[in-house]
Amino acid sequence: MQFATRSSPHLSGRQSITLVMAQVLLALIPGTAAMVWYFGYGVLINLALAITTAVLAEAAVLALRNRAIGPTLIDLSAVVSAWLLALALPPLLPWWQTVLGSAFAIVIAKQLFGGIGFNPFNPAMAGYVLLLVSFPVTMTRWLPPEIASGQLPSLAESLHIIFSGSPPVDQTWDALSSATPLDHMRTELSQDRTMSEIRKSPLWGNFGGHGWEWIASCFLLGGLFLIWRRVINWRIPFSMLGALLAIAALFWVIDPEGYPMPFFHLFSGAAILGAFFIATDPVSGATTPRGQLIFGALIGVLVFVIRTWGGYPDAVAFSVLLLNMAAPTIDYYTQPKVFGQRRSDET
Amino acid sequence: MAEARPVYSFHGGLLIDDHKALSNTEPTQTLVLPPRLTLPLQQHIGHAAEPVVQVGDQVLKGQMIARAVDFISSPLHAPTSGRVVEISAQPIPHPSGLSDACIVLEPDGEDTWGELPEPISDPLGTPAADLRERIRASGIVGMGGAAFPTAVKVNTGGMRPVDTLVINAAECEPYITCDDRLMRERTADVLDGIAILRHLAAARQCLIGVEDNKPEAIAALRQAIIERGDQVAEVAVVPSRYPSGGEKQLIKLLTGLEVPSKGLPAAIGVLCQNVATTVAVADAVLRGRPLIERIVTVTGSGIARPGNFKAALGTPAAFLIERAGGYRDSVGQLIFGGPMMGFALSTDQVPITKPANCLLAVASAEAPQAQPERPCIRCGACAEACPALLLPQQLYWHARAQDFDKVQDYNLFDCIECGCCAYVCPANIPLVHYYRFAKTEIWAQERDRRKSDLARRRHEARDARLVRLERERKARLRKKKEALDKKPASAAADPKKSAIEAAMRRVAAKKAAQQAETKQPSDD
Repeated sequence: MQFATRSSPHLSGRQSITLVMAQVLLALIPGTAAMVWYFGYGVLINLALAITTAVLAEAAVLALRNRAIGPTLIDLSAVVSAWLLALALPPLLPWWQTVLGSAFAIVIAKQLFGGIGFNPFNPAMAGYVLLLVSFPVTMTRWLPPEIASGQLPSLAESLHIIFSGSPPVDQTWDALSSATPLDHMRTELSQDRTMSEIRKSPLWGNFGGHGWEWIASCFLLGGLFLIWRRVINWRIPFSMLGALLAIAALFWVIDPEGYPMPFFHLFSGAAILGAFFIATDPVSGATTPRGQLIFGALIGVLVFVIRTWGGYPDAVAFSVLLLNMAAPTIDYYTQPKVFGQRRSDET
Repeated sequence: MAEARPVYSFHGGLLIDDHKALSNTEPTQTLVLPPRLTLPLQQHIGHAAEPVVQVGDQVLKGQMIARAVDFISSPLHAPTSGRVVEISAQPIPHPSGLSDACIVLEPDGEDTWGELPEPISDPLGTPAADLRERIRASGIVGMGGAAFPTAVKVNTGGMRPVDTLVINAAECEPYITCDDRLMRERTADVLDGIAILRHLAAARQCLIGVEDNKPEAIAALRQAIIERGDQVAEVAVVPSRYPSGGEKQLIKLLTGLEVPSKGLPAAIGVLCQNVATTVAVADAVLRGRPLIERIVTVTGSGIARPGNFKAALGTPAAFLIERAGGYRDSVGQLIFGGPMMGFALSTDQVPITKPANCLLAVASAEAPQAQPERPCIRCGACAEACPALLLPQQLYWHARAQDFDKVQDYNLFDCIECGCCAYVCPANIPLVHYYRFAKTEIWAQERDRRKSDLARRRHEARDARLVRLERERKARLRKKKEALDKKPASAAADPKKSAIEAAMRRVAAKKAAQQAETKQPSDD
């Protein structure tokens, strides 16, 4: 009798890339739902546009590269990238900008480097930064998180705004849009307002930006789910948020009127989403245990530095991309000691 | 006696379904002899044994049929009485699937014992060297899979005194239960063997490492230790976490000490032996019986009646499987050894050898589907699972790029090929395969380098020799010339003159003589 021969091991776990990505998508659902709740249909339309573009772009490039399309599309990595990009975009961004960002993320940032596993930069953040640098006006035109007031545009209005690129006839952008809490604070601080004055703004919630704090909490929930499922480990999120919290606390203690309270940094912008879903992208991040702690902590510090003294209100995307560049070096210098090279009492 | 000895932990590893209940419920069955026994000359690490019988010879059970040729080698004995019918290349259990030299024996059915060496009734009063010689002459090798000659392994050469003898009874690979049954059925022999090894190595203590999924074996060992009453060993129960039975991992679990990278357990005062080897030692020393049979687990979803069988070495795998009820229709893969570190056989026409602890036949559906290998997403699951604390993905990356200096920077040779990384890999990458490839390439390069180094040294030596010869020739010439130049100047002038003077004296003397002669006749 003849048998098939393969290399050992002859058992394998039930893990697959598809399963990993599917769990990431599952973990994104609560936060995404909260964003839809606060910002309306625009979020869903962005998601649909970004995901469709990403999948089509990936299929097209794979066809050009003569690679099998099925096995790659089924791993859901393009969907995850597009989803993360869509969450970072203002809800009423003109449709072609969303499409451009998503296509850039997949074609340039991912496939041109060799596809999944080979991209040195986080594709979603590369797409986001391209849009932010190219279209600063539309990319900073957020909506007020005003679900209760009924000011949010309806589905038809949202579609109209997104596809025509202009506000409804009886409205102006000024009336419709609003700055994000981080943007608002930045502007106010630059006009020498004190924190106690700024905090009176309706953009403030209980411990972060109004609305944003609950969105961030939902992403936190999803992130903890990923840690529990061992899809990601705790090192990058905790070191990033810990470093951000620590440095924000330091400045806040020194000057409580000149710097926002530490929790505001965590619960206003993309810090939580970034810490659990973006900085943890394994392909472009650090992979050694000590390296991950350094990688996360440096992102946290950079986020604070850019938010406080840099030219942009939020900084997760820039910080992640900058540290992506440093990841191989960090990994090289933080190799763990192998078995038998350690002192026996360390475990 | 401590009921719960504290155990340490090791990094990584896997919690996997052990599938042991398939085969460990029934006692070990003794197998009848097959019509032919095929005995590979190479069943151990080291040099192959050399036949001392010829085709047509009648041999008796236990008679040595091939001798050890070197320090690291092991002799082979006839598992039963019969006739040598062939000494030729036969299929052997090896990952390559190639054939190798074997002695083929046709049993005569009498099973007549030959003359055995005297049993050593007082092993604890016998010098270690004599015991080692008995172990060596009995053909005992590590029976847990590695098959390293035991007499060599127990000889730590006084490098450092052995503090702890570790008996590896973890049997951490899924499916395998031969050691489990052995410990339950030959408990007293296990302890006898331990007493001998402890004496041999002068070990202060002995710890038997058993995974907690073998409660019956643990209870049997503990009971037998109490009955012996000499505290010969202590049972240390370790969690069932693969690969707790890896030598370095088990030593870490039991002692908290790490065997140095690229070092041996002896460096930290530990000697590790497999539990089945221990029983073979007891048989050899106390009964004079060489290693001619072993227990093999035949199991898996592809086997009709899984169980453990005591089989003569050389029994064909197919014969054994037939006695286990044969295959089920679903069978798709046959593995020699365990599912994590064993290798796939392409045919069941290979013999049972000394390290053959398991024949695993799995259903096609149970074997991992040949899913396409996907790119590494650097998720790090492999590094979390690696018991050697390596960075498997970096090793993979550099092995793939054939950057063999870099893979060694990342400590490739600390990899024990346990397969944990490949098991957890979501991209389905056969990581261990890449590491084996890199190791083999590096060994090949090393061989080539040694060869070219030798050639270069020879060439340089030849060049140097030619230069030296030339120099010596010139020096000789110069000396000769100098000598010629010197002669007329100094010493050469005098002898010439004196020669002339001497000649003139001779001529004068002659003349004088002539004159005297001419005078004399005139005087007559």
